[in-house]
Amino acid sequence: MTEFLQQLINGLAFGSILALIALGYTMVYGILRFINFAHGDVFMLGAFSGFYLAPKIAALLPLPSIAGGIAVLLASMAICAALGVVIERFAYRPLRHRPKLTMLITAIGVSLFLEYTGQFVFGAAPKSFPQILPVYPLARLGGLSLNSNQLIVFGVTLGLLLALRFIVLNTKIGTAMRAVSFNPEAAALMGVNTDIVISFTFALGSALAAAAGILWAVNYPAIDPLMGILPGLKAFVAAVLGGIGNLPGAALGGIIIGVTETLVSGYISSTYRDAIAFGVLILILLVKPSGLLGKKEIEKV
Amino acid sequence: MNTSQPRARWSDKLAQGCRSIRIAFLGLAALGLQYTKTSLLIAIALSFLVSLVADRINPYWLYISYDIAISIIMAVSLNLINGYTGQFSLGHAGFMAVGGYAAAMITNQFGHLNFFAADGIFAVALLAGGLAAAATGLLVGLPTLRLRGDYLAIVTLGFGEIIRVIFQNMNSVGGARGLSVAHGWTNFFWSFGLVAVTVYVVASLVNSTYGCGFIAVHDDEIAAEAMGINTTKYKVTAFVIGAFFAGIAGGLYAHAKQFLTPGGFGFMQSITFVVMVILGGMGNTIGVILAAILLTLLPEGLRYLAGIEHVPGIAQAFPLGWIGDTRMIIYSLLLIVLMLTRPQGLFRLRKRKT
Repeated sequence: MTEFLQQLINGLAFGSILALIALGYTMVYGILRFINFAHGDVFMLGAFSGFYLAPKIAALLPLPSIAGGIAVLLASMAICAALGVVIERFAYRPLRHRPKLTMLITAIGVSLFLEYTGQFVFGAAPKSFPQILPVYPLARLGGLSLNSNQLIVFGVTLGLLLALRFIVLNTKIGTAMRAVSFNPEAAALMGVNTDIVISFTFALGSALAAAAGILWAVNYPAIDPLMGILPGLKAFVAAVLGGIGNLPGAALGGIIIGVTETLVSGYISSTYRDAIAFGVLILILLVKPSGLLGKKEIEKV
Repeated sequence: MNTSQPRARWSDKLAQGCRSIRIAFLGLAALGLQYTKTSLLIAIALSFLVSLVADRINPYWLYISYDIAISIIMAVSLNLINGYTGQFSLGHAGFMAVGGYAAAMITNQFGHLNFFAADGIFAVALLAGGLAAAATGLLVGLPTLRLRGDYLAIVTLGFGEIIRVIFQNMNSVGGARGLSVAHGWTNFFWSFGLVAVTVYVVASLVNSTYGCGFIAVHDDEIAAEAMGINTTKYKVTAFVIGAFFAGIAGGLYAHAKQFLTPGGFGFMQSITFVVMVILGGMGNTIGVILAAILLTLLPEGLRYLAGIEHVPGIAQAFPLGWIGDTRMIIYSLLLIVLMLTRPQGLFRLRKRKT
């Protein structure tokens, strides 16, 4: 029982991080109807900007500390938000009215570019992420261990989810986002500047990916330039599982994938863990292609 | 005034040159289509003749020529799926792995038997590898090809990863340690003979009446369906045929390298073949063949350039060592720039009427 609870906690922490990445996929898909393949690499760059920022911030604020940790988190979120906007502006915007496949191939190109430039600039060997948050062991009930880092993952994820919900539902730009995702042409006719809305969406998604990168690095403190590939793909599966284009669905899907993967690798076989998410993907596409919370879309000619 | 005159002449000459190259290419292409069967036989005979004098060829170049042949088979078969039929598969290396492992298992098991010519066993093994890959293609294609565009890309990518993980966990084929292949039977005849067969089958399939269905699915799936074309059947057919040839290429690869590891058939391998198809121009067999040759030679060229660095004097003049490390960066930039400026591919000489 303790072991099960322990696996569940680990799975929830992993799932929360996947949920944060999945939100970026789902938002971009909701507005542009295309899979931003490079999203997993923005997650990687989030972790790396934290890695390079930590010594700079340590000069201003004590590290590890709560305030310093939050400063690192916010700074890398800002950097990745800017990066997301730049990627959209130069790689995707010129292709917006071309076939979807063209955009998908470009996204793969951007993803490879970020990975291998990362390998060239940062070096291919894994780096150990500095400790930016103090760690307290919180509970030791029998064999169960829960430390403050896992709690911070839950807390930050929940906070960001609520903030995102507020932005999307209660602000003007959020309303514009929903309008563009509903019907871009009609939104443009109503005076919504779609370019700004799309840039904002990329900024928001990339900031969430950066936060996920920092949380990942805090929990699993070895980072390398190819670390974004698998979490990125799994988060995409999570977005499809929850119903792509649907924000609560992405969060739910992330949690489900994270918990399933941790439980299966804990109880059945750990060597198959990377195949689980894809198995889930094929299953969901066969049974309910619109996802758990998604609406069925009818294709119009 | 007069200074602009020579420049104009130069550009005229260049344009003329381009035009004549273009006409020559079109002529070759027309010849190829007109006499496909003859050119198939000629190509097979040529590869047989070259294989007779293969021991006189520098082994390094011979080895690279096998790589080129394998790349061409992979790229041309992927072109049937990605280019002509318009589906986007990112797991082509997975089929290569299935074919390679299947063929290697057969030759490792039965290769020592003397009562059967070695080439005969090799042919059976290659065929079995192709059939195993085709069966896998059917298994994967039937449920997933109902999906469109980007979903299909992700599912095929996931499938490629699943195949890799399965081979990593199969102890009977060595798992993550890899499988050594006892016989290095891949030679010039087999590799380029099979290139000729692949190109012939794909080209004549696409140019047949049946093949119009692939193009129709590519151009407009909904319209094709409305015209009574069973789009799923066409997609699955393209997928299975593409997988078959990928399996054969896998068999050639196994008996050229004589060592297989699951990691060698990962996502990056699939991407390399996709880049070949895109660079050559989707749905353009000649362009894809040229791109496969170019992209196989490119790393060798880059390696050569990186080697120059060690020659005294050159290192100071041209610091080139970084080029070897940046192959993947160059690939990715190539993809992005190509999509932004020339999505029809580098070698598309004439626009297909659509």
